[in-house]
Amino acid sequence: MATTPVSEKVVTVSVNGTTYEYEVPTRRLLVHFLRDDLALTGTHIGCDTGSCGACTVHLNGVPVKSCAVLAVQADGAAVTTVEGLGGEELTPLQQSFSDHHALQCGYCTPGMLMSAAALLDENPSPSEEDVKIALQGNICRCTGYWNIVEAVVAAGKGAA
Amino acid sequence: MLLREVSYARPSTVEEAVSLLTEHDGARALAGGQTLVNVMKQRAASPDVLVDLADLDELRAISVSGTTLEIGAMATLAAIMRSSEVDVSRPILATTAATVADVQVRNRGTLGGNICVNDPTNHFPPLLVALGASMTIRSATGERVVTAEEFFVGVFETAVGEGDLLTRISVPAAGKGTGDGMAGVTLGAHGTYVANAAASVVDGTWRIALGCVGAVPHRATAVESALEGTDVDEAAVRSAVEGLGDTLDPPADVHASAEYRRSLAETSTVRAVLQAAEKARG
Repeated sequence: MATTPVSEKVVTVSVNGTTYEYEVPTRRLLVHFLRDDLALTGTHIGCDTGSCGACTVHLNGVPVKSCAVLAVQADGAAVTTVEGLGGEELTPLQQSFSDHHALQCGYCTPGMLMSAAALLDENPSPSEEDVKIALQGNICRCTGYWNIVEAVVAAGKGAA
Repeated sequence: MLLREVSYARPSTVEEAVSLLTEHDGARALAGGQTLVNVMKQRAASPDVLVDLADLDELRAISVSGTTLEIGAMATLAAIMRSSEVDVSRPILATTAATVADVQVRNRGTLGGNICVNDPTNHFPPLLVALGASMTIRSATGERVVTAEEFFVGVFETAVGEGDLLTRISVPAAGKGTGDGMAGVTLGAHGTYVANAAASVVDGTWRIALGCVGAVPHRATAVESALEGTDVDEAAVRSAVEGLGDTLDPPADVHASAEYRRSLAETSTVRAVLQAAEKARG
C-alpha cells in the first residue's frame, strides 16, 4: 500500500547547524522556506528560473540552486546558507572578496560565496580555470567577474 | 515563485513509486527537479502529484554487469562524472555530463531526468542513441526494456507513459576498437546546444545521432554506411558527411536559421566522428 500524497508536510531541516521542524506547503520552494519562514534573507532570489545562482546554498554539503528545490525535498537534509559561513568574523574567502573588490552591487555575492566555498572545500588551492568552472552557474550582472575569480584564487592561496 | 498547488509523496520502494504513479491521475516522477520545478513555475507542466524518487537508493547505483554499464535513472550528473565504473567503461558519459549547465545543476540533475524530459537540445538523447543504450521501464504490470531509439518518441515525449517509471539506463561497455565522440555548438561554454552530433564506432561499425535537428535524435545512417571501410581521415569523413544537411529538416529559431543548423549539423558530425576515430585507435 502506497503512502498517501499530501499538500502540507512537516519537514525537519538542519539549517546552519540549527534543526528546524516546520510545517510547509509541499509547493513551497526551499528558497522561500529559508527567506520567508526562517527569515534568513542572505540567500537571494535573482532570476527564479534556475539560471543565475544567486540562491545557491549547500544541501548536504554540495551547492544547489534553492529556487529549483522544493522545501519538502530538503526534509532530513542539512542546509548551509551564506549566514552559516562565518558568523561574526568573515571567513578568509569573504575577506578576500572584500580585499579584491569582488562585488559591486552585491546581489549575486551570497551565491558566489556559496559556490566558491564549496569549491575550496573540495579543492583548497584551485586554479583560475577551476574557479571559472565552479562559478559557471553564478551570474553577476555588474559583470565584475574578474575580481571575483581573483578573490577566490587568492583565498585558495591563503593570501586573503 | 508560488507554484500551483501540488501533492507530494516520497516512496521508499520502487514498487511503491510505481503504485503512486499508477493510482493517481496527473502524477509525475520527481527526480532532481532541475527541469521539472522550473517548468512548473512557468505552468508549462502542472502535475497534481509529485512522486519524489529521492529515497530510492537502488536507482542511484552505477555498476558494471558483464559487458554492460548499468546506470540508475537517479544517478546525478555529478555522480556520473566521479564514477570509476563510467570512467573505465564509457568515459564519454562523464565528459558529456561535465558539460551540462553548471555545478549546481549537475549536483541535482539526473541522467534519467535529462532523457525523460527529451528536450531536443539536451545532451544525452543523441549520445545514448549513438552508444546503442537501452532503457528499463517499470510499470504495475512488470518491466520492459526498450532501445534508445524506441525510447525517444517526440518533443518532451518518451516511451515512459502514465504509470511508468524509468529505472535504469544500460550502455554497452567499451572494449578495444571502440571510440566515442560528441561535438556541437552551444550557447556559452556549457550552455544549451544549438546543434550537436554524437558518434560511436565499434570495430569499424558506426552509429551517429544528431541532436537539435528534429523532435528526436536523428540517426545519420547514410554517413554511417559511407564511413564503413574508410581510413576515417579528415578527407574521408568530410566526403562521407557531405550532403547530410540536405537530408535534414531542422527547426529555425532565434539562435540559428534552418540553413545554418544544417551546416552546423554537418560540422558537428565531422568533429564527433574524428574524435571517435582517434579514441578507437587508442
